[in-house]
Amino acid sequence: MALADQRLLRQQTYPVPIAPVRDRRRAPRRGPLAASVLRHLFLLVGAAIMLMPFVWMISTSLKPADQLFTVPPTWIPRELRWDTYVKAMGAGNFGRYALNSLLLAVINTISNVALASLAGYAFARLAFPGRRVLFVLVLATLMVPYQVTIIPLFIIIRHIPLAGGNDLFGGGGIGWINSYWGLTVPGAVGAFGIFMLRQFFQQLPKDLEDAARIDGAGELRIFLQIMFPLALPAVATLSIFSFQAGWNAFLWPLLITTTDEMRTIQVGLTVFVQQYSTQWDQLMAATVVATLPIIAMFAVGQRYLVRGIAFTGLKG
Amino acid sequence: MAVAPSEQGPPWGSAAAAEGRVLPFPGQRRTDAPAPVPRPSYSQERQQAVAGYLFVAPATAIFAVFTLLPVLYAAYLSFTNYDVFTRQDWVGLSNYQAVFEDELFWRALQNTLVYTAFSIPIGMLLGLGLALLMNRQMKGLGFYRTAYYVPVVSSMVAVSMIWIQLFDPLYGVASQGLEAIGLRGVDFLGDPALAMPSIIAVSVWKVLGWNMLIYLAGLQGVPDSLYEAARIDGANGWQQLRKLTVPLLAPTTFFIFVTSLIGAFQVFDQVYVMTGGGPANATTTLVQQIYNAAFKSFDMGYAAAMSFVLFGIVLVASLISQRYGRSEVEYQ
Repeated sequence: MALADQRLLRQQTYPVPIAPVRDRRRAPRRGPLAASVLRHLFLLVGAAIMLMPFVWMISTSLKPADQLFTVPPTWIPRELRWDTYVKAMGAGNFGRYALNSLLLAVINTISNVALASLAGYAFARLAFPGRRVLFVLVLATLMVPYQVTIIPLFIIIRHIPLAGGNDLFGGGGIGWINSYWGLTVPGAVGAFGIFMLRQFFQQLPKDLEDAARIDGAGELRIFLQIMFPLALPAVATLSIFSFQAGWNAFLWPLLITTTDEMRTIQVGLTVFVQQYSTQWDQLMAATVVATLPIIAMFAVGQRYLVRGIAFTGLKG
Repeated sequence: MAVAPSEQGPPWGSAAAAEGRVLPFPGQRRTDAPAPVPRPSYSQERQQAVAGYLFVAPATAIFAVFTLLPVLYAAYLSFTNYDVFTRQDWVGLSNYQAVFEDELFWRALQNTLVYTAFSIPIGMLLGLGLALLMNRQMKGLGFYRTAYYVPVVSSMVAVSMIWIQLFDPLYGVASQGLEAIGLRGVDFLGDPALAMPSIIAVSVWKVLGWNMLIYLAGLQGVPDSLYEAARIDGANGWQQLRKLTVPLLAPTTFFIFVTSLIGAFQVFDQVYVMTGGGPANATTTLVQQIYNAAFKSFDMGYAAAMSFVLFGIVLVASLISQRYGRSEVEYQ
């Protein structure tokens, strides 16, 4: 996935040797009571530090104006001002930003899942000449820092032939700049997803597809009806990562969008802060809108995430 | 001419044979095989190869156009003075020369190195510590895991917004907390001496949950029997940690280290939002300089040269860590 927040993925994207999978948790090893209390104390204090900024975010977004700037800071608002959200959404065209981000995230998820599972399956299960070379090439793209490609990527997007007023040779117009194509296509598939799904497909038993082949099923049908449904745990993990990458993407949308109605929510937030830096309540309301969907998605999908990491040997 | 693929057919045929999918003779039954597997016919193998190409084609095409082509293009651009609008002349190595003579580049490199040198070890040590504390069945595990992971899933832009308010010199929670212990008027992001440490702190806070999760996954691969043996031998907790856990987690540590390294050299979002590189360039980083050169002064050739210098640094750093960090430990 080539989009900016795929650096999150990039932080995770590195071909690693596959460790044996162990899905069971270690048997309970309870220490003495004092140690247990100490551990919980430590973890609770840590968790409070981790969550404190989010509590601040929600609290500030609901505060009445006179409680925004107080000494000491106010944590619990006197009354809950929900209309701040209405104001924030109206002030910066945030409905549109959120819609754009949702679109980017959904397209990023669908395209990554579709293309990465097709390619990952082929790399794992179909025999074709040059398979190994191609796969190594795909993996090698993980090592290229995003910054190396981003400038030429911008130029290539600008010179896509026959788009945005361009002629056949890509001149004369703006190409895919400031379009949904430019926003989504470069990140449509990522090496990370291909790698992950290949690892998954490799460990599925061979008998299934052999039986289907004897029955005369075509390769596409074998993939769609038998293999893809089996890969759902890995697909779920990739979906979470892709949705997150699309929703949180920043640098690429910042570069590729030039008009207000094309901005994504992360880009819109940074513009908002420049215009309304003193409106802490509206700023935090917008931040809530920018973070809550992704946190909700994680809360729903976290069990898949942990399992998917164990499955694919991502841990190293 | 029909050549039996299992004997001297195309390479993919022999690969299939090597994996034991193809039986030497038609109709032969293998005793260890669960069911008779007929030899794929030549047309079946061709069909499979065609399907293989078709399946990888969309992904490969996108990689070719949007990753491979840009890399080659960037290499070319770094030798030109391309400015998007008017010029695109070959200028040889002068962009690279300009990079090394640019004071801001050295400042950005220094900042990036400081960021890397502090954010990675702190983030990894805390992540390991958390994973060790949580690697057991206990009450509230799901809550802890979620609490520490929420910053990871949130966007860097959004959490930077929140931290800007927490760091506010007048009304921020952090500075008022310091006032309570007698330190007045601390300006985390406005003080050149504190801006970078503050950005490092936010970055560690953000990535901690990821390190923890990967270490937790790694710890599940450490067999219990080793600890039992160690306990029987009288090793205390600290000795078990140093002699068993840490060496056994070496591949996990290596994985986190290399990926963090690549990520740290690319630090941008939080700097862009929280300080814009200031105050007085105290927090400007390499990627921010690349961004400024490319998209503020439209000096694409210069920016491309700088990004290749960054690429070189990341590559060398990864290779060094690969050379010294990859120790395989076998205890079984």
